[in-house]
Amino acid sequence: MAKLSMVKAITQSLDQEIKRDEKVLVFGEDVGRNGGVFRATDGLQDANGADRVFDTPLAESGISGLAMGLALEGFRPVPEIQFFGFVFETMDEIAGQISRTGHRMGGSRKMPITIRAPFGGGVHTPELHADSLEGLMAQTPGLRVVIPSGPYDAKGLLASAIRSDDPVVFLEHMKLYRSFKEEVPEESYTVPLDTADVKRAGKDLSIITYGYMVRESLKAAEELAKEGIDVEVLDLRTVSPLDEEAITATVKKTGRAVLVQEAQNQAGVMGQVASVIAEKAILSLEAPIGRVSAPDTPYPFSEAEETWLPNKADIVTKVKEIINY
Amino acid sequence: MKKIDFEQLKHTPETETLSILDETGTIVNEDLVPELTDEQLTELFKQMVWSRVLNERSTKLNRQGRLGFFAPTSGEEASQIGSNFAMTPDDFILPAYRDVPQLVQHGLPLYQAFLWSRGHVDGNKYPDDFQALPPQIIIGAQYVQTAGVALGIKKNAKKTVAYTYTGDGGTSQGDFYEGINFAGAFQAPAVFIVQNNGYAISVPRDKQTAAPALAQKAVAAGIPGIQVDGMDALAVYAATKAARDWAAAGNGPVLIETLTYRYGPHTLSGDDPKRYRTSAEVDDWQRKDPLIRMRKYLTDKGLWTTEKEQAWEEEVNQEINDAIKKTESIAPQKVSDFLKNTFVDTPPTIQAEIAAYTAKESD
Repeated sequence: MAKLSMVKAITQSLDQEIKRDEKVLVFGEDVGRNGGVFRATDGLQDANGADRVFDTPLAESGISGLAMGLALEGFRPVPEIQFFGFVFETMDEIAGQISRTGHRMGGSRKMPITIRAPFGGGVHTPELHADSLEGLMAQTPGLRVVIPSGPYDAKGLLASAIRSDDPVVFLEHMKLYRSFKEEVPEESYTVPLDTADVKRAGKDLSIITYGYMVRESLKAAEELAKEGIDVEVLDLRTVSPLDEEAITATVKKTGRAVLVQEAQNQAGVMGQVASVIAEKAILSLEAPIGRVSAPDTPYPFSEAEETWLPNKADIVTKVKEIINY
Repeated sequence: MKKIDFEQLKHTPETETLSILDETGTIVNEDLVPELTDEQLTELFKQMVWSRVLNERSTKLNRQGRLGFFAPTSGEEASQIGSNFAMTPDDFILPAYRDVPQLVQHGLPLYQAFLWSRGHVDGNKYPDDFQALPPQIIIGAQYVQTAGVALGIKKNAKKTVAYTYTGDGGTSQGDFYEGINFAGAFQAPAVFIVQNNGYAISVPRDKQTAAPALAQKAVAAGIPGIQVDGMDALAVYAATKAARDWAAAGNGPVLIETLTYRYGPHTLSGDDPKRYRTSAEVDDWQRKDPLIRMRKYLTDKGLWTTEKEQAWEEEVNQEINDAIKKTESIAPQKVSDFLKNTFVDTPPTIQAEIAAYTAKESD
């Protein structure tokens, strides 16, 4: 089995889905000849033709509107928003149009659209490239928000997203694109949506997280293990809707929870996770829920991002605090 | 020293307004009179009368609390019906909220249009082969979607078009530019219709843009644009038919601006037009009324009589009576149904909510 980076796994998944279903279309800014600014669509136009993989004019609302129109004509669009910070330009088409079409039309039309976008901090981008805006999406009914934490999940989750008849926002953390490789089967496979995954089993405390923070949490868990603290790491994978069963199960198992997100603390995904725990597992808690998140400021200027982003050390500190409560 | 003359650069060529049937019901442009049979001409006018009657009845039904949201259409019959009359049932319509008459003429049963007005989802449940979206509320959103439908039509090698409507205010939206520009870049079969009725609620057309004509906005997108007398059904029909055939033949999109007027308020939800326009202005436009000139034209041709119009109005009134009755017989909406339609593949969190609401609803 080949070891692939996450960006290569994504390219492979796109290629396989394009070949599997003639209605799949991949498009966006620079995705054609250039293969995407991160090369996520590298070689796809040559391999599949410019009818299937194509560049669009530079306008995000136009890209999402194009996707909606193409879906109405029977296609399965996979548009790319070049950086997710640009989503503000197309909030209406995503949150006001695509995601509510099933509701608006009483189920008589569907929107099998997968909107892919790079996001996430730590790679020294200009402003509005790195923001974690999944919380904005997570509050939108009718939309799935999927965030893989590595190559294997990325390939299988993307296949599931594209095959889904519902709209999916599929967010790819930039720091995960090339930072590590994983064994990824050559053949096509799916990883189910709406299901979290235990990335590390443990008995003393549950870290619940997603995206790049899964990596930081696993590193923190290794360090904590040396001190005899056995941490479980639950990767949400789909951050909306939540896998409430998996969240409840891990908290009931360990009795302690630290919720880790790269996004700002206010009203994010982990606020909802805390609510699920409070509703369904509060009697299993032996300590307050711990939170590790970014401060409630806009995403910082890039030279300051290392001091702003949550990291392994923050997680270790918080876990010890909750363990020793 | 020679200077760059920006004053010179600012001026775009004068836009001509296509006109075929003038206010007196006289043909003023013999060459462009559309090839319509007597039956088609009569049908076109009947649809315009239908729309006028529907406007009057909808206003009353709204006042009685039997209809909900209503955006009056009276004055815009040539623009709305004339353009829609050029399309086929296989063409895809993306209407805005004032474009209910076109949507119904395109095939939406009237009772469903009434359900939409009342805020009932059954108004938006469309059969698979009905080529339409429900009326768009967000100004301009339908323009980018139109580019997408048109690109899909092109990819599916169909010989149809996507057509959409917005108003003069809509041309200020980013989505307006993105829509016409995308369709142009992809040479997709779309017909973009701007119904310039002079006001975006209260803001007059001249406050929207420095452009002398909205049709000129096509120039920047590299697509044809045409301005039409929007009170002249023959001119609107001729322009739209030509645009439709041009786009369907693979030549790319067209932008049409119709110069029209709404006699009534923006909507029946509290707008008072006296705050922003004079009754003299309304009178001026009513002298250009689209029905008066078409009625004269058809009467002169021996195709129409007062008796025919009275009989037709009765028929339309009966259709409206039947439709509103059917509307009022539809079962109330259930939250559990909303939940079921939020996703195709319903996740466990929503399944739990469906169970909870279903239990509540059976109490």
